Amino acid sequence: MRHRLLVKMPFWLTYVFLYAPVVVLVAMSFSAGRSPYAFEGFSLRWYGELAGDDEILHGLVNTLIVAAGSAALSTVLGTLLAVGAGHDRRSRLLDAVTLLPAVVPDLLLAIGLLVFYAAVQLTLGLHSVLLAHTVFGTAFVAALVRTRLAHTDPSLEEASRDLGATPLTTFVRITLPSLVPGVAAGALLAFTLSVDEFVIAFFTAAPTEPTLPVVVYSMVRFGVTPEINALATLLLAVSFTAVVAAQRLTRTTTRGAPEAIG
Amino acid sequence: MKRWPLTGPGLTYLTVFMVIPLGLVLSYAFLRRGRFGGVVDEPTTENFTRLADPLYADVVLHSTWIAALTTVLALLIGYPTAYVIAGLPRRRQTIALIAVVLPFWTSFLIRVYAWIVLLSGPGWLNKALRAIGLGPVDVLYTDAAVVTGLLYAYLPLMILPLYASLVRLDPQLREAAANLGAGPWTSFRTVTLPLTVPGILTGCLFVFVPSFGNFVIPELLGGGRSVLVGNLIRDQFLKARDWPFGSALALALLAVLMVLLLAQAWAARRYATR
Repeated sequence: MRHRLLVKMPFWLTYVFLYAPVVVLVAMSFSAGRSPYAFEGFSLRWYGELAGDDEILHGLVNTLIVAAGSAALSTVLGTLLAVGAGHDRRSRLLDAVTLLPAVVPDLLLAIGLLVFYAAVQLTLGLHSVLLAHTVFGTAFVAALVRTRLAHTDPSLEEASRDLGATPLTTFVRITLPSLVPGVAAGALLAFTLSVDEFVIAFFTAAPTEPTLPVVVYSMVRFGVTPEINALATLLLAVSFTAVVAAQRLTRTTTRGAPEAIG
Repeated sequence: MKRWPLTGPGLTYLTVFMVIPLGLVLSYAFLRRGRFGGVVDEPTTENFTRLADPLYADVVLHSTWIAALTTVLALLIGYPTAYVIAGLPRRRQTIALIAVVLPFWTSFLIRVYAWIVLLSGPGWLNKALRAIGLGPVDVLYTDAAVVTGLLYAYLPLMILPLYASLVRLDPQLREAAANLGAGPWTSFRTVTLPLTVPGILTGCLFVFVPSFGNFVIPELLGGGRSVLVGNLIRDQFLKARDWPFGSALALALLAVLMVLLLAQAWAARRYATR
């Protein structure tokens, strides 16, 4: 009994550690006062201030443009990559390509792109962030679609070809529909990762066109403001919805998902 | 179906926007800095000799220490947690895992910001301490705050691979150990622990890598007092405008990570064949 308690303690402490900051932020977002250290009565004041903050709204619009654009581009490139590798589970080139952005530190990719944009004399703006985010987006989409592809039955495609369908017809009517959950999960992941990405955006965005994380960074650097609590609560609600949606999609995509992690 | 029309666009894209930029960083490390930023086409190795300067060597050592400490703490907290999760009924496992990952999906910067609110002088940590009769502590803007922030940011990356390796263990192995008279501790030490070494190695790598190159957490929670390699690289590119030296620092960082990656792969293979 004592042994069980000894093991269970760290388990619960982990969740306290993970959620204490979240609880404080969400609770304080409804506080009427300016101090982040004392709850001074319920109010939606900070949500109002947030909605009227032009800098944050500008950052939000920028982030959504970048995330939507890079997710779309990543989905096309990543899906084609995965399909191109086909049912070949041991494609070394693809393994390397899909693993690299996960292994290379974001800081390194960020300075690399900064140097590259300077070398080809590309003016920084939103497009430079969009192109940069497509790098890791493509890798993640390719990885997810490949997992899905590994779980589909190649004999369906063979049957389609045997029945006289052209490769294109087979692709559109057999391969693509079976990949939809993987593609959708990949697109969602690419979008979410782009929305939260800071380091690469910090290096490749024009100073006049910051994304939301870059705006938050400069706000946090100059001191605490309760507006960030309200923003945190809203983002939490959005990510919660996205995670649940992605979970629904991937549950139908992969059984035995743990193997994909370790 | 032919492959190249399909894989071509993606591979071209990744070559242009990843391989070439990384190649540029590699080559810039061997060039001289231009007077107004940028580089001059004069090969040199002085960027690397500068790395040996105690000033910079200390920063690299300090970063290694902070990242290593974070990794060890993450393992000590993450292992028991993953162990308990892997022992839960199937449905609750999923819920427990989502609960681990969920804070990870909120904004990274806001998670760091939360710790400023918690750790600062009048913050919630000191409120909680006072409630149980303990004196105030000054944690914000110290290495302890940096480690806490890193731990908070990357703990899920430790728990997930540990869980994956624990859940794959055959429960019969533990039963066999118990039947042969092993106590819970002996069975854990001689059966469970050795079999989960690959998961431990993966988790440690996942925590160490992003901690080592981080510059946001040291800046916001360390208050600039704790300079890590990441801060140094950022400053070379955005403040000092010394791109060649910044590139050399980035390569040093990458070299450390590569050594770790190879060590991890080697250790994982050794354990897999035993």
